[in-house]
Amino acid sequence: MSDAVQYKFVGTRPVRPDGVDKVTGRANFGADFTLPGMLHGLVLRSPHAHARIKSIDLSGALAISGVSAAVSGADFPEVEDSGEMGGEGGGSIKDLSANCMARGKALYHGHAVAAVAATSLKKAREALAAIKVEYEVLTPVLSLDEAMAEDAPLLDEELMTQGLAEPATKPGNIVSRTVMGRGDIAKGFEEADIVLEETYHTPTVHQGYIEPHACLATVNEGGQSTVWCCTQGPFEVRSYCAAVCAMSIGSIRVIPSEIGGGFGGKTTVYLEPVALMLSKKAGRPVKMTMSREEVFRASGPASAARTTIKAGAKRDGTITAMSAHMAYEAGAFAGSPVVPGCMSVFSSYNVPNLAMEGFDVLVNKPKVAAYRAPGAPQAMYASECMVNELAKALDMDPVEIRLKNATDEGDAAPYGPTWGPIGLKQCLEAAKAHPNYQQALSEGQGRGLAVGFWFNIGFQSSAEVHVNEDGTVTVIEGNPDIGGSRASMAIMAAEELGIPYENIRVQIADTENAGYTMVTGGSRTTFATGMAVVEAARDVISQAKARVAKLWQVDADMVDWADGQAVPKAGMNVDQKPMSFAEIAAKTGSSGPLLGKASLNARGAGPGFSVNFCDVEVDRRTGKVDVLRFTAIQDAGRAIHPSYVEGQMQGGAVQGIGWALNEEYVYDANGVQQNAGFLDYRVPVASDLPMIDTEIVEVPNPAHPYGVRGVGETPIVAPLAAVGNAVADATGVRIRDLPLSPPNVLAALDAA
Amino acid sequence: MPKKHVSTRINGQETEFLCSPEQSMLEVLRDTLQLTGTKEGCSTGDCGACSVLLDGTLVCSCLMFAAEAEGCEVTTIEGIASGTTCIRCSRNSLRTRHCNAACAHPASLSQARRFLMRIPTLTSRASATGWLAIYAAAPATTRLCARCRTPPWKCATPPQHPTSSPPRKTS
Repeated sequence: MSDAVQYKFVGTRPVRPDGVDKVTGRANFGADFTLPGMLHGLVLRSPHAHARIKSIDLSGALAISGVSAAVSGADFPEVEDSGEMGGEGGGSIKDLSANCMARGKALYHGHAVAAVAATSLKKAREALAAIKVEYEVLTPVLSLDEAMAEDAPLLDEELMTQGLAEPATKPGNIVSRTVMGRGDIAKGFEEADIVLEETYHTPTVHQGYIEPHACLATVNEGGQSTVWCCTQGPFEVRSYCAAVCAMSIGSIRVIPSEIGGGFGGKTTVYLEPVALMLSKKAGRPVKMTMSREEVFRASGPASAARTTIKAGAKRDGTITAMSAHMAYEAGAFAGSPVVPGCMSVFSSYNVPNLAMEGFDVLVNKPKVAAYRAPGAPQAMYASECMVNELAKALDMDPVEIRLKNATDEGDAAPYGPTWGPIGLKQCLEAAKAHPNYQQALSEGQGRGLAVGFWFNIGFQSSAEVHVNEDGTVTVIEGNPDIGGSRASMAIMAAEELGIPYENIRVQIADTENAGYTMVTGGSRTTFATGMAVVEAARDVISQAKARVAKLWQVDADMVDWADGQAVPKAGMNVDQKPMSFAEIAAKTGSSGPLLGKASLNARGAGPGFSVNFCDVEVDRRTGKVDVLRFTAIQDAGRAIHPSYVEGQMQGGAVQGIGWALNEEYVYDANGVQQNAGFLDYRVPVASDLPMIDTEIVEVPNPAHPYGVRGVGETPIVAPLAAVGNAVADATGVRIRDLPLSPPNVLAALDAA
Repeated sequence: MPKKHVSTRINGQETEFLCSPEQSMLEVLRDTLQLTGTKEGCSTGDCGACSVLLDGTLVCSCLMFAAEAEGCEVTTIEGIASGTTCIRCSRNSLRTRHCNAACAHPASLSQARRFLMRIPTLTSRASATGWLAIYAAAPATTRLCARCRTPPWKCATPPQHPTSSPPRKTS
């Protein structure tokens, strides 16, 4: 683990370059853009969770003065059922299109059925009221049990379940069945001295980003369009809009704004294609923003899930077999993250016999979107609670049973590949040694511990490093900065070039000014785009060395780069003084512009493991759970900017605590969400939480020049079970269904 | 219904605007006056992203009719962040920590300023995500300036340039 490399900038905590604009209100977010002649767009949303749309009459809206355009599903081109969306959110382009604007059926309460553009929001509201839609109301399907029942009403009458042992003979609501595993599961359970089997539920929750979706789109008479929007992936917005609106990718320019949180929820499109279609019809720019209520009803959320875990262990704590049977709600269209759920559920343990089965299930709720480590929190909530239940049955310490079974470098991951260097054991040891783990607990208090995991991804990224005449540097990249990535890029460029951090300005460019770069998601930005920035900086250095060699009239390999200057290579007979980066930059007037670039497909994103533990106190009279202490430990590979790594760990912990304790979509019998606002859908606020203590473990990832592994998603995985296990420890009662809200806890305590 | 004429002071400037009776202060600030530093997060008064100071009191501008600003003094983040007044506050906010999901930050700075005006010494309150930074920043900003001995929001001494911390040990 320890290495002797000492960095000058990597691992420091400078102020982020975008910080001043963000705290002073100067930074432009999605809803902050305006254009001359701009119209305001609004969406008409289905009042029914499941209904056939018999007719839509837009004429009433169009008759209102000031209303320039109105669209419904009929105005959108038919999309071939071919392309997968890719990225972190599953699903097809055809479904994406039907999610942006309903065709034939409205599949959830809040599903877009029409949209208008008018000179003011007031006119647009009038126009929505003047649209006539005739519905045939159908019975909504609102839970996994209802959806998977034999005679359930069907969302998609033609859907035949894929992946069944026997091919499906009639349509159903189950999109697909996924099976994976290894070893001999029956034999594994036979070898066990103790076998437990339990079922766990997690509710639908929302990403809860503070900035609602917003965009501004304009299409000119020549068919060229520009979209300003808050997104995690401008290049994905471009390709999705092109597919949904039948435009060419080259005709659309997407300019990402600053982003007020996404957490995976801004990796897809909702408003952008609608704004483009309205703008095309109206011949004017159209701005659209969602209200908070629309954000709840029609964007996000994360899958509700039901997971049954069976686990067998020997008396000494060795786990011999584990199986998981999982069903995830996809919402109205296919594509829940049940596959990553199956892949991650037992990722932390080196168990020889595993079996995972997952079902992707349609229900009349909004189509789920990626939410930080999509699929893993639901799965690992179940498996990590089960490991504690095993530990309790075997009278073992929760850390010891995990250390005994923890997976390590060289072991096979449950989904196939062999682990490279990973930091799970180091995180567990760090937890054991942490002073918070030794704190004494009083009556009514309990401690819970859990492990978190996320795969992390790499893939396509581009970067350019432009050297300015005075020796300052501009870095151009294409990943919207959500968690401080500009600072990380500048640190890595400073480290490579050997110039001060303050001399580097990082610019997030649009789709026509940055090379193709995948979404800010999958915890990939600092890893993959960071790699591109490092390569682009190295490109600058090699060009600079060649220029200096020419000046010195020596071979290029006789020039070295050290401390931000070109120096004669040691041992070479070159009688020259070092030439600084600024001196080289000053000569670009005669030697030509100095520009380094890199575009790559990054491989080897190191998986991230974490260990979280927390202490809670449960009020037995009210059922209220207070988190007293929370400690997050995570392997970051290498923390480029430790403050932003800690920020990710704390933010993930807070979202995970919310998922565990408060957050859930509450529906009535008609499928109408009853808590579509921050008052009733309660995310944790400052006064609900203790300090989230963090400890960064660094097991460098060999695939990255500085050892980076993604850190953004892993932090949300462990808190659910950590809190669940702590509540079980405090009360002596195991509650397997989240959230552990006062009424649920009270009911469980009363029943015990 | 005809628009209403409103005379007010916004960020110290005499300001007049026309608004419909049902328009919120937030809508007028953002759409009519182009003061987009104030953000809309929920429009139900739950999130506080639209916080402004109304005659020195922190209010959610989404819950206030624009017409209610008649004769009042409204201060938005643009008024707080300009000049040297609160630059220390924002500097501290930046230095102490991250500003993820930063579109709520202008509002929290407004709130921090309000705290500072009322509570001379704020104890560091443990908190979460972005709030950690804000609470951590607030007490730091309450110390009198070492040079001119004035409270930070009155101090005109330029803030020191932030320094990088030394390289950290690897585990």
